[in-house]
Amino acid sequence: MWDYNEKVMEYFLHPVNAGEIENPDGIGEEGSLACGDALKLTFKLGKDGRIADAKFKTFGCASAIASASIMTEMVKGLTIEEAEKVTNKDIVDKLGGLPEQKMHCSVMGMEALQKAIANYHGSKGKQTKKIEGKIVCTCFGVTDKEIEKVVLENSLDTVEQVTNYCKAGGGCGSCRGEIEQIIEKVRGKKTKQPESLSHPKKLTNIQKIELIQHTINEQIRPLLKSHGGDVELVDVEGSKVIVAFRGMCSHCRTAEFTLKDVVEARLKEFVSTDIIVEEQNIG
Amino acid sequence: MSQIIYFDNNATTKVADEVVDAMLPFFKDLYGNPSSMHSFGGQVEKHIRHSRESLAALLGCDSSEIIFTSGGTESDNAAIKGVLAAYPEKKKIVTTRVEHPAVLATCRELQAAGFSLVELGVDKYGQINLDELAAEVDEHTAIVSIMYANNETGVIFPIDKIAEIVKSKGAIFHTDAVQAVGKIPLNLDKSNIDLLSLSGHKLHAPKGIGAMYIKKGTRILPFIIGGHQEKNRRAGTENVPAIAGLGKASQIAAKEIANENTKVKKLRDKLETAILKTCKDAMLNGDKINRLPNTTNISFEFIEGEAILLLLNQFGICASSGSACTSGSLEPSHVMRAMGVPFTAAHGSIRFSLSRYNTEAEVDFVAEKLPAIVNRLRELSPFVK
Repeated sequence: MWDYNEKVMEYFLHPVNAGEIENPDGIGEEGSLACGDALKLTFKLGKDGRIADAKFKTFGCASAIASASIMTEMVKGLTIEEAEKVTNKDIVDKLGGLPEQKMHCSVMGMEALQKAIANYHGSKGKQTKKIEGKIVCTCFGVTDKEIEKVVLENSLDTVEQVTNYCKAGGGCGSCRGEIEQIIEKVRGKKTKQPESLSHPKKLTNIQKIELIQHTINEQIRPLLKSHGGDVELVDVEGSKVIVAFRGMCSHCRTAEFTLKDVVEARLKEFVSTDIIVEEQNIG
Repeated sequence: MSQIIYFDNNATTKVADEVVDAMLPFFKDLYGNPSSMHSFGGQVEKHIRHSRESLAALLGCDSSEIIFTSGGTESDNAAIKGVLAAYPEKKKIVTTRVEHPAVLATCRELQAAGFSLVELGVDKYGQINLDELAAEVDEHTAIVSIMYANNETGVIFPIDKIAEIVKSKGAIFHTDAVQAVGKIPLNLDKSNIDLLSLSGHKLHAPKGIGAMYIKKGTRILPFIIGGHQEKNRRAGTENVPAIAGLGKASQIAAKEIANENTKVKKLRDKLETAILKTCKDAMLNGDKINRLPNTTNISFEFIEGEAILLLLNQFGICASSGSACTSGSLEPSHVMRAMGVPFTAAHGSIRFSLSRYNTEAEVDFVAEKLPAIVNRLRELSPFVK
């Protein structure tokens, strides 16, 4: 049983500002059904340029609902510039604390807010899927920039803390080494240099295709399958590898990153550095 | 909290009043050690024997085939590791992806130590493919461990058929029957099950007591050593009060088992039908036909399990969830994922597990409160259209 404080329970049981604003000035969405929590934030500015109203919709646990609700309360009356400075730590402080493993709920609040502000600046009204930085955690689609931000703002020292705050590293765990390096970089410790890979000898075409298939089967598919997805090798043309996504991957928001950061990266590592991966065109 | 409606009996059960009464003398007066030479201690031995006979009657086996353990987890560990130790030439284990962690984590640890492990997948009903099982069990296989009934969904596996297949291939068959004992009739004398684990606290006995059935002639080495107890098969001074409690609970379970499959099943069905009818986007997980009479696992799409549980908790209603948030992990239950339950539903899965102590009034109360809870969270959800 989680040890939620009274304030968290109050905002969970009686959330304020639940709902969605029609014709908002800013709209931000964060998370997904697959990840287990998601937040949609909408806000409207008043004539004075301050946030006059903010509403949320949340799919998630008690702390996700409480974080979103209190955040909408916090940003009301702020200018865009002031709202931009709200961090996940501010949300946690306002709630009087969250269990360590639930910190990611407050980060989701902050990220939805930033997306809503970015959407306001873009002011086209259409949600953009632009993700800043390079995806580190492919399981939950967390970028290096996002990890750097939570490490810096919350003074995190361990991979476990990073997982609690932004979920990165909480799925298959294959990015934990990379997260460690980010922590070292941000917290000012010496970064370990990865050893350079030795160059493998030239392969025949048959050997190459076999090695590609083997790498996909042994290294890539188990990773995707643990998230309900899958990938199939369709064809190999020289150094161009054509694959097709199946299952959850075929409609996952991070699939394009999976293609580059998982499939291509693993094939470059285990087969050849000149490999380029493309997704099969449908129709 | 004043009123408690306990629908979480697959997690643990209320200790029956008769069971508590049966245990008390062994705390107060009969505290001797059954291994002692003096009759004050020695007289306790016959009570242990009596309990063993009661449990054997419930399982349909001989009392010499039962050893008492500290619970289901110990029995699972002891069965798997004990068989591997007895067959040093065989290095393969076969199990399923939906086992309780007591089996799954044990098998994976052994895999890391060099054993080969096959985890059979399940279909959307939570059932394994018997042909796949037959193909995987070979002459290198020491043990096959497959649960009798799944704790999350209540799905019952065709254990007699499975045991027959495993026997025909010459491997040892173990089943984790923690959820099945006391809920469905067993007749181990007539089955090909070699080893079976059970836990006291799932059948109205206390926590900290369990047992393992070891069919006569099964090769197995002891897991816990350092004493002659249980005929050298499980060392450690007997937990006499708890053994007395398990004996009493077994006697009651043998009498109540028909009740489980009529009264309790009827209550479960009433609850399930009401929920599926009144709650939007609710769907049943698992095998509707082959399952425990007391368990229902229902997914509420687009809302999250922990939030549902906390709102149920406001009314004193106890249930559990396969959502990621409740466990402190970030991913939903391994059972839901193995069954291919979509993420949209896995995070919102709720298990209600009943017992003979539940009443129709409780079922009606939960069925009345739940739709409002679901609607309230649906109103907050960005995914409900």
